[in-house]
Amino acid sequence: MSVDTATVRHIAKLARIAMSDAEVEALVPELNNILGWVEQLGEVDTSGVEPLATVVDQKLRLRDDVIDADPLTGGNVRDKVLLNAPEAQHGFFAVPKVIE
Amino acid sequence: MAELNSLTLTQLRDGFRAGDFSAREIAESFNAAVAAARALNAYTVETPDDALACADAADTARQSRALKPLSGIPLGIKDLFATVGVDTTSGSKILGGFKPAYESTVSAKLRDAGAGMLGKLNMDEFAMGSSNETSTYGPVISPWKGSDGGNAALTPGGSSGGSAAAVAAGLAPGVTGTDTGGSIRQPAAFTGITGIKPTYGRCSRWGIVSFASSLDQAGPMARTVRDCAILLEAMSGFDPKDSTSLDAPVPAWEQGLSSDLKGKRVGIPREYRIDGVPDEINALWDQGIAWLKDAGAEVVEISLPHTKYALPTYYIIAPAEASSNLARYDGVRYGLREVPEGGNLDAMYAATRAAGFGAEVKRRIMIGTYVLSAGFYDAYFTKAQRVRALIKQDFARAFEQCDIILTPTAPSAAFGIGEKMSDPLAMYLNDVFAVPASLAGLPAMSVPGGLDAQGLPLGLHLIGREMDEQGVLNAGLAIEERAGFTARPGKWW
Repeated sequence: MSVDTATVRHIAKLARIAMSDAEVEALVPELNNILGWVEQLGEVDTSGVEPLATVVDQKLRLRDDVIDADPLTGGNVRDKVLLNAPEAQHGFFAVPKVIE
Repeated sequence: MAELNSLTLTQLRDGFRAGDFSAREIAESFNAAVAAARALNAYTVETPDDALACADAADTARQSRALKPLSGIPLGIKDLFATVGVDTTSGSKILGGFKPAYESTVSAKLRDAGAGMLGKLNMDEFAMGSSNETSTYGPVISPWKGSDGGNAALTPGGSSGGSAAAVAAGLAPGVTGTDTGGSIRQPAAFTGITGIKPTYGRCSRWGIVSFASSLDQAGPMARTVRDCAILLEAMSGFDPKDSTSLDAPVPAWEQGLSSDLKGKRVGIPREYRIDGVPDEINALWDQGIAWLKDAGAEVVEISLPHTKYALPTYYIIAPAEASSNLARYDGVRYGLREVPEGGNLDAMYAATRAAGFGAEVKRRIMIGTYVLSAGFYDAYFTKAQRVRALIKQDFARAFEQCDIILTPTAPSAAFGIGEKMSDPLAMYLNDVFAVPASLAGLPAMSVPGGLDAQGLPLGLHLIGREMDEQGVLNAGLAIEERAGFTARPGKWW
């Protein structure tokens, strides 16, 4: 499988990264090089092998279903959450207009 | 007496406790060294006042005999760890100006153990790189120089390059690093220091900027194996805020240190004899085998048949997870925001990410997005996860025959800044020996073994069973005692 400029533009759109034509052109051979190299995994017989998502052999823990269970990661920290926002208004994150 | 900033963490701790010098003297010595070494570009932020305040607290605690494990010890913190009120940028423009309102669990644990902070350490952008050249703050320059008279600037390795350079140059007695595919071990090898990546889950990932969540693991870097054991003990432990944190007690690793390897079997994987690796690396490896035999170990040849597939597996899984993790950088909640004239929300996302990410990060997000996209998910991502299972199985089988595995850390000594930047694949190959242990989540460490013909450090790499950091540290200590590695870079900065 190999990528062309149209595919790279499509991936850039999915990844939400604006790219100039020159950047797209430059990425085509780079991505093809890397993708060509990873193709060698096709040599490995993986039939009957379960995909490994995590190396830790433990059940996923669930947090207690309590409001503000953790004083640090729970609620009531709005000001802290907004502290680094490029733009915050009336206690909310502000973004460019979404609805016309 | 030697300059305080040239002592090991253990020497500083013990000397401070014995009353040979005060914590303030330690902090002042390191603060001065940091300020005098800006040519290395190891620190992105210096926090000398923090180091002094913690030192004064330690001096007071000494009077009342209320000392903590790291009282009097100032540390450097990799800029991937969130630190309250102190810039945390992950080496990226997109996190420029970000001052977290929270502290990462690992750095909080080090603080609770009494440590102060000297500053934040430079690193590859989002830990993506093996030479520190992808940092938006420019490359870290290794304190080491080759003896060929060329005087070329060398890389300290990456991504924990600032961390490695700081320890090697006496700018911190110990530092935090993170390792996703070798980012603690390769820079440790390049700079003649020691670094350990523990079992996945030992150190909480909470508050560490995410790269590839199923691989990322924090660990210490320092001058000696004992120093690493001390730091690792303080950093490790269960954290309910990280769903992948290991719910297991932290052993007393320093107390358990022993270089007597009688009854231990050391595995030498035949697949790690790779064509094109310099003779010097293989000669050091043979020397390492001899050292471990001398320590009482028996040496056995083992096979890790899927070794050659580890790197391509890694370069599917890590970018895939990264593309997902880095979706959060969109100009809304923190960091950079770019809005084109009259642009809508989508245009803001795309412009912010275009302006904020460097070339390597974009390359990996693009690969990750591609391998996760409709039609390719199974062919690439699921396939890589299946191969990852086989790689983990290889190690499980090998550990039926041996207790510890010895390999070189990296396929070469440090290379020059700019030498490999134009070829991503050549750069990726740097982690060929380190990546398999990362994929399997195993504890692994690099210890300095010797110097190459250019007078540059080379590392030996030990991989242990899951949860067996003690076995890794002990074999590391056996090598350290026999290698007698005392070389230090000459001060030119």
